[in-house]
Amino acid sequence: MIDLALHLATGALALALLLDLWRLLRGPALGDRIVALDTMVINAIALIVLIGMIGGTDTYFEAALLLAMVGFVGTIAYCKFILRGDIVE
Amino acid sequence: MSVVAEIVVVMLLLLGAAFALIGSWGLVRLPSTMERLHGPTKATTLGLGALLVASVVYFRMQLGVWTAHELLISLFLFITAPISANMIAKVHLHRVRTGAIGEPPGIAGPPPRPGGEGDWATFEAPRRDTPAATTSD
Repeated sequence: MIDLALHLATGALALALLLDLWRLLRGPALGDRIVALDTMVINAIALIVLIGMIGGTDTYFEAALLLAMVGFVGTIAYCKFILRGDIVE
Repeated sequence: MSVVAEIVVVMLLLLGAAFALIGSWGLVRLPSTMERLHGPTKATTLGLGALLVASVVYFRMQLGVWTAHELLISLFLFITAPISANMIAKVHLHRVRTGAIGEPPGIAGPPPRPGGEGDWATFEAPRRDTPAATTSD
């Protein structure tokens, strides 16, 4: 039962990543693309956690944690650059 | 693994995956940028939280150890999601006001000008003696 649920969840997240990619390529506003990238990072974290559960190891969580931190910093850097033309004022 | 724990894990997994999918679906389907911001910042973050709780229960049952990494990830994400949403909303409003993009007229209309002689924070230069103004000399 858990195997089936794990694979269903992996499929759903893959579909979610494709939808994000569509919005990232389509735009139209710059804000949409940043939102799409941010969502892709969150979905990638979810996929890493699911892969860890399928493999039965907790080795992947450091990668997920690092991705969570770096993704947030990346989003803020994009936003600051567009707002101010400069990341660290 | 006991049946109850298995059912809990399956429910949390399906709930989290459904929320993540709904968030991305909203990102594609909703009509304007400010509405599209809702999908990822609420639904997807909540879905990832459910998946991480499922992971905690699963590894407790499977390996017999409590892992706290997942809680760290979900805590960090729940703190940072509103901040990034705020920054993206600021970017969007800034670009709408500078005329870089046209926004279809909504029910609420454009945001009103702030009172007093000040302007929106995204337009103003950093004021003197504030931390943001340290490089102006």
